[in-house]
Amino acid sequence: MVKSLIAKSLNQALEALDNHSYQIVAGGTDMLIQNRSHTGMPIGYKQDIIYINLIDELNYIKEDKENIYIGANTRLETILESDITPKILKDVILEMASPAIRHTATLAGNIGNASPAGDSLVVLYLLDCKLEIKSINNTRTVFLKDFITGVRKIALNNNELITKLIIPKTNFTNIYFRKVGPRLSDAISKLSFAGGYLIENNQIKDLRIALGAVYITIIRSREIEKEFIGITVDELVENKEKLIKAYEPLIKPIDDQRSNRNYRKKVALNLIKEFISKIEEA
Amino acid sequence: MAKIKFKLNDKTVELESDINRRLLDVLRDDFSLTGPKEGCGEGECGACAVLLNQKIVNSCCTPLANVDGQEIVTIEGFSKTKRYQIIKDAFSEMGGVQCGFCTPGMVIAAESLLNKNPHPTDQEIRIALSGNLCRCTGYNMIVKAIKKAAKDGEGLW
Repeated sequence: MVKSLIAKSLNQALEALDNHSYQIVAGGTDMLIQNRSHTGMPIGYKQDIIYINLIDELNYIKEDKENIYIGANTRLETILESDITPKILKDVILEMASPAIRHTATLAGNIGNASPAGDSLVVLYLLDCKLEIKSINNTRTVFLKDFITGVRKIALNNNELITKLIIPKTNFTNIYFRKVGPRLSDAISKLSFAGGYLIENNQIKDLRIALGAVYITIIRSREIEKEFIGITVDELVENKEKLIKAYEPLIKPIDDQRSNRNYRKKVALNLIKEFISKIEEA
Repeated sequence: MAKIKFKLNDKTVELESDINRRLLDVLRDDFSLTGPKEGCGEGECGACAVLLNQKIVNSCCTPLANVDGQEIVTIEGFSKTKRYQIIKDAFSEMGGVQCGFCTPGMVIAAESLLNKNPHPTDQEIRIALSGNLCRCTGYNMIVKAIKKAAKDGEGLW
């Protein structure tokens, strides 16, 4: 039998993590399912669990001039209902699971789970999200893109806990989010797309594209984006094929029970095309 | 094993248990509350729905640890309220119950919605029910029932 622990304060959690190796569980909506056994049998955790869902001091959403700060324990529904949440983050949360899951699940949990199909990740990558990570004697900040290192792999030490998401404010002219799944709610994506752009005086000032579930991590290429920032909208439209071609080699999806690689690749490229068409129409 | 204390259907309960257990198993096996049911067991069908601090959650993916010191209401507890009576009558009148397996979850979803939004639109009702599956596919009648409950129960929520 595992020796699990309920932490009710951040300090208690950090001290416990410093002394013992735990698997961290927030809402539990992924962890319970991934480790479940037959009905009535004990959950098949291989490690002791530390439950952090009841740490109130990590349950907040606030802002300053530059950033939005979301505590690691803030429930998805709270983020959805907040006035300071960016529209594109609301768009993705509204398509994440269902109200019942959103009342307990957290963004930090979705990040810690590090699934290539993690719904919120595609938008958090787009927004250049950073994480605050604490241990008993240290606080560090890391970009989300550097934190997730592979399928279900994260750069978190045994004594550390994600405590905060830091999301820089953006002023996109428009945003575009698409999740492709078999059902609107409670579905794991076949793939997903998030895009945002800023146009001033007919010039592309910012252009960002992120793709989910078509590679081992979320795809976001600043190199490609840079090539198309600074040009005019007409030039972007003229070079549409070049942009799509640039993404083509990065998209390396797999076959699984939800979809297959041909479909995923084709739809991913189509969504980039559709995103550029939206810029053209605007 | 740990001592867990929480409010269950208006009574404070205490138990010594493995805190990794699913709330669904605790409710059914330890408290004989069989209103919440196991449908899919993975958070997709809503048959196990209960209220946690007045909001709908799936008890099949809620660890017992996460309810320590919190308030849980199951369909059994909710059925003693006036709001339940309104929802129940509306479901009966609009034909919102067919085989009945999803109904406790649907009623919990309706209460969670109306508690937050007493005058929901059709679209808001459909979003609120998006985590609840009815395999008899009687969705339209359930949406109509919740609309009717909102009207008949004016002032209750």
